[in-house]
Amino acid sequence: MTTTFAATMASIAEKFKSAVLADSDGVADACIRVEREELLGLATELAAKGFDQLEMVTAVDYRDRIGLIYRLVSATLSASLVVRCDLPAEQPRVVSLAGIWPAADSQEREVLDLFGVAFDGHPCPKRIFLPDDFCGHPLRKDFESPTLIRRPDLI
Amino acid sequence: MASLGKTDSASDSALGYSTLESGVGNVILTSADALLGWSRGQSLWAFPMGTACCAMELIAASFSKFDFDRLGVFPRQGPRHTDVMIVAGTITEKMKPVVIRLYEQMAEPKWVIAMGNCAISGGIFYYDTYSVVRGVDQFLPVDVYIAGCPPRPESLQDGIVQLRNLVRAESVSPGVRYRRRTEIPLRTAPAPTTPAPAEPASAAPASAPSKDPA
Repeated sequence: MTTTFAATMASIAEKFKSAVLADSDGVADACIRVEREELLGLATELAAKGFDQLEMVTAVDYRDRIGLIYRLVSATLSASLVVRCDLPAEQPRVVSLAGIWPAADSQEREVLDLFGVAFDGHPCPKRIFLPDDFCGHPLRKDFESPTLIRRPDLI
Repeated sequence: MASLGKTDSASDSALGYSTLESGVGNVILTSADALLGWSRGQSLWAFPMGTACCAMELIAASFSKFDFDRLGVFPRQGPRHTDVMIVAGTITEKMKPVVIRLYEQMAEPKWVIAMGNCAISGGIFYYDTYSVVRGVDQFLPVDVYIAGCPPRPESLQDGIVQLRNLVRAESVSPGVRYRRRTEIPLRTAPAPTTPAPAEPASAAPASAPSKDPA
């Protein structure tokens, strides 16, 4: 099977109506923006097309929304790809991709721990770094804690 | 460098602090104190509680270039074998119960060295942290603080030497130990002398140094 990266992206754009493609500009990788309803289908399709390695799952707090970021690498296509998916800031919830890429298991727990994103279908949806009785999600920008001491020059 | 408190360098003799024994115990007990304190101070086996980058300096101190063996400090991986816990590194809230449990497993008498700024106060993690304990002395009785980020192995050696002075001054009789710990005169740098008032430049001979180093 010889498929180019461009052909794969073209077929993705046809199949998923919410997917917005941005090509690589030589600095940033190619990026797909997708609605969360189509995330599982897109991930399944990408894994079948040869993106067999999930490098990273992380998130960004934009205050009005939580942006999830998945970085994928394909050895067969010699390409890397970023998948972005925006979630609402209030009770963000998305499907877990740990069944497709096992690497997502621990990384999704990290996002759950620090950003409070709930992953449906995760095999072990618990905190990974912080104690189990910890209150709040510290990388959210509205995080407050009585033990927190703000740096004086940042107040 | 390590610091313990105020000092009188004149009392820093080999088996010093005999003046502390006045009014406490008797001749036999004070002699036993001197012998036991000396022998304890000469073989402080260390439990390396290395949790962060200070542990690198702790490891370097144990190997041949700095050679803690010559101070009688042998690292042991079991807390039950050791006398002094060297907390080298950041302690997080999640690590705190583990440190407390390891400390409780150490046999008496036991001492704690807080090595590095993180173990002293949280260090660079003091502000804006949600997970770091601001100083190991919030839950352990720390005997010696060694500042640095990380401290050099020489600083750790100086801390061991100062802890040895502290160990020597303790007593085998219960109840005396903690009272006396507050009375120990410890070695630090001598107090700076007040500079002499400036004299007219014409009064000094031309060949003499123009500035008094004191």
